[in-house]
Amino acid sequence: MGAYFSEIFRGLQSLAIGLGITFKEFFKPVVTVPYPYETIKMSERFRGHIELIENEDGTPKCVACGMCQRACPSGCISLASKSVKYEVEVKGEMKTKKKKVLTTYDLNFTTCSLCGQCVESCNFDAITFSKEYNLASDRKEDFHFDLLNRLEERNS
Amino acid sequence: MSLTILNAVIAVVIAIAFAALNAAYLVWAERRGAGRIQRRPGPNVNGPLGLLQPPADGLKLMTKQLIIPGGADKALFMVAPVLAMAPAIMSFVTIPFSENIVARSMNIGVLMIFAFASLGAMSILLAGWGSRNKYGVMAAVRAVSQNISYEIPMLITVITIVMMTGTMDLKELVAGQSGGIWNWNLVPSLSSPLMPVAFLIFFICTLAETNRAPFDLGEAESELVAGFHTEYGSMGFGLFFMGEYANIVIGASLITILFLGGWGCPLGLFPGVWWFLLKIYLLIFSFIWIRWTFPRTTIYGLLNLSWKILIPISLFNLLFTAGLLKVF
Amino acid sequence: MSGPIHIQPGETFILNVGPQHPATHGVLRVKMEMDGEYIVKAETVLGYIHRMHELMGENRTYPQVLPNLSRLDYLGALGYTHGHVLAVERASGIEVPERAEYIRVITVELNRVASHLFWFGAFVMDLGGFTPLMYAIEDREYILDMLEAVTGSRLTYCYYRFGGLYNDIDDEFIDRARAFIPRMRKSLKKYDALVTGNIIFRKRLEGIGPISAEMCRKYGATGPVARGSGINFDVRKNEPYSVYPEFDFDVPVYDECDSLARYYVRMEEMEQSLRIIEQGLDKLPEGPIMPKKKPKLIKPPVGDYYQAVETARGSFGIRIVSDGTKNAYRFKLRSPTYSNMSLFDEACEGMMIMDALALMGSLDLVIPEIDR
Repeated sequence: MGAYFSEIFRGLQSLAIGLGITFKEFFKPVVTVPYPYETIKMSERFRGHIELIENEDGTPKCVACGMCQRACPSGCISLASKSVKYEVEVKGEMKTKKKKVLTTYDLNFTTCSLCGQCVESCNFDAITFSKEYNLASDRKEDFHFDLLNRLEERNS
Repeated sequence: MSLTILNAVIAVVIAIAFAALNAAYLVWAERRGAGRIQRRPGPNVNGPLGLLQPPADGLKLMTKQLIIPGGADKALFMVAPVLAMAPAIMSFVTIPFSENIVARSMNIGVLMIFAFASLGAMSILLAGWGSRNKYGVMAAVRAVSQNISYEIPMLITVITIVMMTGTMDLKELVAGQSGGIWNWNLVPSLSSPLMPVAFLIFFICTLAETNRAPFDLGEAESELVAGFHTEYGSMGFGLFFMGEYANIVIGASLITILFLGGWGCPLGLFPGVWWFLLKIYLLIFSFIWIRWTFPRTTIYGLLNLSWKILIPISLFNLLFTAGLLKVF
Repeated sequence: MSGPIHIQPGETFILNVGPQHPATHGVLRVKMEMDGEYIVKAETVLGYIHRMHELMGENRTYPQVLPNLSRLDYLGALGYTHGHVLAVERASGIEVPERAEYIRVITVELNRVASHLFWFGAFVMDLGGFTPLMYAIEDREYILDMLEAVTGSRLTYCYYRFGGLYNDIDDEFIDRARAFIPRMRKSLKKYDALVTGNIIFRKRLEGIGPISAEMCRKYGATGPVARGSGINFDVRKNEPYSVYPEFDFDVPVYDECDSLARYYVRMEEMEQSLRIIEQGLDKLPEGPIMPKKKPKLIKPPVGDYYQAVETARGSFGIRIVSDGTKNAYRFKLRSPTYSNMSLFDEACEGMMIMDALALMGSLDLVIPEIDR
């Protein structure tokens, strides 16, 4: 009989303790961020989708070596380049040299797993992570990014 | 004669409006309250403080298609939500909000409210059975056994009070408690020393009768998906939802009338009806507070609580009080 | 309340719990033969989100598989990548600087706390209490912010590299981690008062959902599930790896075998993880985070390599059979939840559905990790 009542009493006591805790929390300030009205700043190292980095003259740093393409586990990067002849002065002589120039750099963000292997594999520091995370669309095509285009838009 | 009928109709319409408005805005209050307890804002986008959320929700529910699952018992499926809402509204008719604000005063008001409250279990049973869903049937069986086992201690407690006051008229019950807090039934007196215990029993039973957490076994969403209203969409679900909140208002009003002195004002600052509303909303807040604090009980834990703890204690209280009444 | 029950033939019905069910936390399906509220027989059906991680491991080069490992278990991703990098490092004989190893341990333990916190919230939600989940998420968010600032990602970290780390931790991280420890200890006290002491909670778990040590051995259950059944096995102690031998921590073991024991084990593990983090921050050596000598292309010599680690859910094993090329010949993952899940069928027989789902919650299932 004693055990019966002491269990009831202890049960009620434990319930009262719980109620006390939630009551205290009731008056504490809200901790959430009202998302669409307020956004938080992404941290320095946040890994968004990738972006090309430009030189001082606005052309992409990328030399189209294709390391990122090979490093990508999901095969979501596809790039194309063309050879361009250009003249450069070497020891007072004009010489014609060939170099690869990036013509397209497509990122298929639908399959990207944001692992960052591409950025790590790049030997020329030509790509970086964007801080964008508000990406939403109902069309698949919106996630096929033409990074070269984005770079030009950023510059203009 | 026609004036009395008109009066009655107006009173009933007001009762319905009060019930529906309360049901809609208690959903808002519940969500805001839950938000505060969980340290988030809750609905705050539609209108100031999110006050336009209930109309928006209602509009959304009304524009949705009412889907009747294949193989369901169509008649029962359609009747069940109505049966959830109608008794709740009916009960409002007898509840006295103050000395003269009552739709239809009856000398057996307590009996009528309990008669209608029992119909609530019926709607859950019909909904679960009619929707031809295994989760629904399991929930219906649970809810019915729960309702039956909690009506017993509830009624025994009410009998104790009726025995003490000698009336089943809600207005007289309140009138008997007028004149200060010490006259409330909640406060133990010489002839009824166990009243706080009775209050606690009645409070727990109200939680169970209205299917509120921690006794919301009928819709235990982590086990039975949504229980008896798994298959309901559109306004069918809306009616169940509103019925639940209307029942909560009834439960809170009953507790106020039976234990907390109804419209009796301990300080007398403002008219009685405001005191009544203040008391029921405080009780409703405590319901919300409890729901967002505790985990759910099990079905056997629930039945154990009723049959092993609540019924023996309330029975003892009944006999003890009867004995004391005989002595004094 | 549970126990063998006798039913007449033909009086049972089949209840499909899942693949979309609030209690299964993902796409797990359990076919239950029910007699009213009692479970007569249960059969778990797996594979709804099978993604062939093992085959991917065989078709991709070693560094390319790195992001896959954090997709196994989205709550405790670092533990799984830790296993992978350790296995490949062992296979190709890469030396890891001590600082990198310490940072690995600190981040893994932080991740373990985050995982257990989320489990705690989800478990109480399985039992019908919503609010503890929100409090747990608030604390977990602190850890995720901390890890995001270092790794750049919130859940699928991909932070470890063969030989070291992706990037170093900074003073800000150390300060935040130090501030986190007392904060978390305070929160644990709050959870104790709000949940552990609660009579409804205790009544639902005490003596419910027994899993004997024998059953654990039979199905290969590990981690908190086995430790809640009195089996003192923790890979960090029994087969030490990384720099764990240098830390002083206890392995909580309970003999009650019920759901409450498993709950206690996890709650205490959080406390122990905090101890490890505290020591790790104190002992953190200076130095590089990547070795000076590191092969350009990872090509482990021909052989069979195995590495087990203790993740938040149990012992995670990774076996790599190398044929000397840049792809693994066989890439086998032994996921702890898969074994823990398999005993559910036997354990829940004769139980009531609500107790069975509480038992399922106490197993801490992460479905992508079962299906791989």
